[in-house]
Amino acid sequence: MSAPLLELRGLRKAYPGVVANDDVGFTVGRGEVHALLGENGAGKSTLVKMVYGLVRPDAGEMRFGGESYTPGSPHEARQTGIAMVFQHFSLFEALDVAENVALGMENPPPMRELAARIREVSETYGLPLDPARLVGDLSAGERQRVEIIRCLLQDPKLLIMDEPTSVLTPQEVDILFETLRKLQAEGTSILYISHKLEEIRTLCDGATILRLGKVVGSCDPREKSARELAEMMVGSELNPPAPQAHDLGEVMLEVNALTVPPASAFGTELRDISLQVRAGEVLGIGGVAGNGQDELLAVLSGEVPVENDKLRFKGEPIGATGPNPRRAKGLLTAPEERLGHAAAPDMSLIENAALSGWVRMGMVKSGFINWSKARAHAEHVIKDFDVRTPGPGNAARALSGGNLQKFVIGREILQKPEVLVVNQPTWGVDASAAAAIRQALLDLAAEGAAVIAISQDLDELMEISTRFAALNEGRLSAPRDAAGLTIDEIGLMLGGAHGMEVAHIHEEAAP
Amino acid sequence: MDFGSINPVLLIAALMLASTPILLAALGELIVEKSGVLNLGVEGMMIVGAISGFIVAVETGSPALGFVAAAIGATIMALIFGVLTQLLLSNQVATGLGLTLFGLGVSALMGQSYVGIRPPASPRLTFFGLSEVPVIGPIAFNQHAMVYVSLALVVAIWWYLKRTRSGLILRAVGESHDAAHALGYSVLKTRFAAIAFGGACAGLGGAFLSLVIVPQWTEGMTAGRGWIALAIVVFASWRPWRVLLGAYLFGGVTVLQLNLQAAGIAIPVELLSMSPYLITILVLVLISSDKRRAAANAPASLGRSFHASA
Repeated sequence: MSAPLLELRGLRKAYPGVVANDDVGFTVGRGEVHALLGENGAGKSTLVKMVYGLVRPDAGEMRFGGESYTPGSPHEARQTGIAMVFQHFSLFEALDVAENVALGMENPPPMRELAARIREVSETYGLPLDPARLVGDLSAGERQRVEIIRCLLQDPKLLIMDEPTSVLTPQEVDILFETLRKLQAEGTSILYISHKLEEIRTLCDGATILRLGKVVGSCDPREKSARELAEMMVGSELNPPAPQAHDLGEVMLEVNALTVPPASAFGTELRDISLQVRAGEVLGIGGVAGNGQDELLAVLSGEVPVENDKLRFKGEPIGATGPNPRRAKGLLTAPEERLGHAAAPDMSLIENAALSGWVRMGMVKSGFINWSKARAHAEHVIKDFDVRTPGPGNAARALSGGNLQKFVIGREILQKPEVLVVNQPTWGVDASAAAAIRQALLDLAAEGAAVIAISQDLDELMEISTRFAALNEGRLSAPRDAAGLTIDEIGLMLGGAHGMEVAHIHEEAAP
Repeated sequence: MDFGSINPVLLIAALMLASTPILLAALGELIVEKSGVLNLGVEGMMIVGAISGFIVAVETGSPALGFVAAAIGATIMALIFGVLTQLLLSNQVATGLGLTLFGLGVSALMGQSYVGIRPPASPRLTFFGLSEVPVIGPIAFNQHAMVYVSLALVVAIWWYLKRTRSGLILRAVGESHDAAHALGYSVLKTRFAAIAFGGACAGLGGAFLSLVIVPQWTEGMTAGRGWIALAIVVFASWRPWRVLLGAYLFGGVTVLQLNLQAAGIAIPVELLSMSPYLITILVLVLISSDKRRAAANAPASLGRSFHASA
C-alpha cells in the first residue's frame, strides 16, 4: 500500500495563446486530504478537469493506484473511482434530486431503490435531503449536498472538490468538514481546491501550490500561516488592506422599516429592513446568497422603486426615484452579477463605462455621447484597478471574471460616489486583486463616502467593515461593531446551520 | 342549415386522420426541443417529406416505401440544420426559418413532374369483424396504419422521457448543456439524435398528408401545419399527452368547421377557417396558465448554442 493513490507527472495542457498547465506533478496519498492552491487562472480547474477526464493533457503521465491512468471521459474517471464536486454546480434545476444523482452515476439502480439509498446515505453523513424535491427549489447549501451525495453513492477512492465552501455558512462548513473527515477515516482521498486558506489549514494534510500553470511549491499547510500560504500563491508579499482611523460623519443613507414583496416566485421578501450608514464607514452586510441580497441591492440602486420616504439620502426622500437621478445625487451601486447586470456582455468596456458613468462624468451633451470622455474614463479604470485586457475596446464578455469585477467596481469608485453599494465585490477575484478592491473601498470610506458592502465572504467583511449586520431570509439584524465579533457569533447571526445539524444533535434538540 | 348531415362517428374518425400529420411533426419537435434545440424548420421538413414520400411511392408503387423515403428525406433536411447549428454554431432561429424556406423551394423543384398524379392508395387497416362494430369500429379499428403509429409514439415518448435513462440524459442536455457536458454526456450526439428523430417524424407527417389525406402533390401543401405543430409543442408545455390533445383539438375543429361550412351555417367562412387556430391556442394557453409549472417543464437551454469550452 505504499504507492500513492494518484500520481501526476509532467502534465501539460496548452490552449491557443495560453499554457494552462506546464510540467505539473504531485501525488495524493491514500486517505490524504490534499489541497490545490492557486490564484484564479493558475490552472487548478484545468488540472482537475484532466484528472476527471474532461480535458486531455498534451503531455505527461497520470497514475491511479499504481497503474497508468488515461481517462477519455468522465465516465471512465467515475469507473476508476474518481468523483468530483463542481465549483459551479453541475445540477439540473428542473429535475428532482434523485434524477440529478442518477445522472452523476455510472450504473444507477432503479429510481425507487436509488431514492432509498439517497435517504440512507444522507442520514449517515448528516446531510438530510429529500430525493423527490426539485433541485430548483433547493438552497445553495442543499444543492451542494446533492452533489456530495451523488459522489458518495459511488464509493469513490478519490473525491475532487472544487471550492466547495463558497456558498456555505460557517456552521455548514463545519458539518461539511466533519463529513470529509469521516470519509478520510474510511480511506477516501480528497483533492481539495479552495482559496480559503484557514480552511485548508484545518482540513488538509498536504498542499500543492500552482502559479501561472506551474507547481511553485508544496508544503504541509498545518505548519504554515495563512499569510505564508497566500504569499506562496501570489509569489510576492501581500499587503492586507489597512483601515485608517477616521471620524464618522453625518448619516448619508437611511432605510426605514422597508418591506418589499418578492418580485418573482423564486425571489425573497425583504421584511422590515432598517439601516443607517454614515459618511466614512463601511457597513458590511453578510449572509448566504438568496437571503435577499439581490433584492436589497435593487431597492438601493433604484431598480425597484419603493415608497418615497422609506429611503432617505442625506435626509431627502428618494425611495421613488430611479437609478439615474440617484447617480446624479451621488448614490452608486455595483450589482453582483457581472455579466448581464453590472455590464452588458457584448458591449465594449468604453460603452460599459459610459452606461453607468454618463450621469456623473458629463459624458452626454444634448443627447450626444462624448466618446473621448467615455474612453478616458474606461482607460482610467483599467489603469487604476489593474484590469488585464488588451484595451478598452474589448467586449466585457472577453474579460475573465476577476478582471471584469475589477472593472465594474473601479468604474463606480472613480465616479467619486458619496454612497457606494457593492454586492459581492470580490467574488471570483484572486487574492491580490481582492486585496486591492478592498483597499479601494476602505480608501473611499476614508475620503468621507459611505460604503455598504454586501458579501458572502465573512473574512472579507471582517477585514473592511466598521459595522456588521446579517441578512437572513429577508430580515436584517441590528448592526454591531465589527471589531470584536467572532466568526461563531456571525454564524449565529446568519441563521446557523440551516437545519444541517438535524442529523447530529436531534437527541439534544428537544427542549 | 342541416346539422343532421354531420355524423359524429365519421367526424371523430376524420379528425384522427386530419390530426395525424400535425401530431407526428409535433411529437418529433417535442423531442428536439426537450434536447434544447429549437428547430423552426418543421414546415420545411414536412414538405420535403411529403414530396420525397410521394415520389418514391409513385415510382415504386409502394406507400410503405414512400413513408420510409419521407422519413429519410426529412431527416437529411434535419441533419443540414444539425450541422449548421450544432457544428457551425449558426443561430437556431434564423437557420430554422431558412430551412423552412429552403424546404418549400426544393420540394417545389422536386415535385415539378408529379403534379396531378395520384399516388398508389394506402388502404385503411381492417381488423376482421371489429371494424364493422358500430361507433367503435370506424373510430378505433378502421384507420390508416400511421394513425396507430402516431398514437403509439405518444405513449412511447412519454415513457421514454419519464422512465428511461436515455430520456433522462436527453432532458438533462436540454436543461443545462454545460452541466451535462461536465458530467461526461455528449451534448452533440444527444442533440443530433434528437434533431434526426424530429426530422423523421416531420417527414412521416408530411407523407401522410400527400399519400393519405389529400392524396396528391401540390406545392406548399403543408399549408402552415408545421407552424401549428411548433405552437402546439410550446403550448402543451412539452408534454406528449397534451401534444396529442392539442393536435386532435386542432384537427377536430378543422374537420368540424369544414362540416359546418358544408352544412351552410350562417357564420362567415373566414371566421370558421380561423377557428381551429384560435380555439387550439386558446385552450392550450388556458391549460398552461400555471406559469411556474410550465416554466419548470420548459427546457432551460432551449435555443442556446453549445460549445464545449475547456
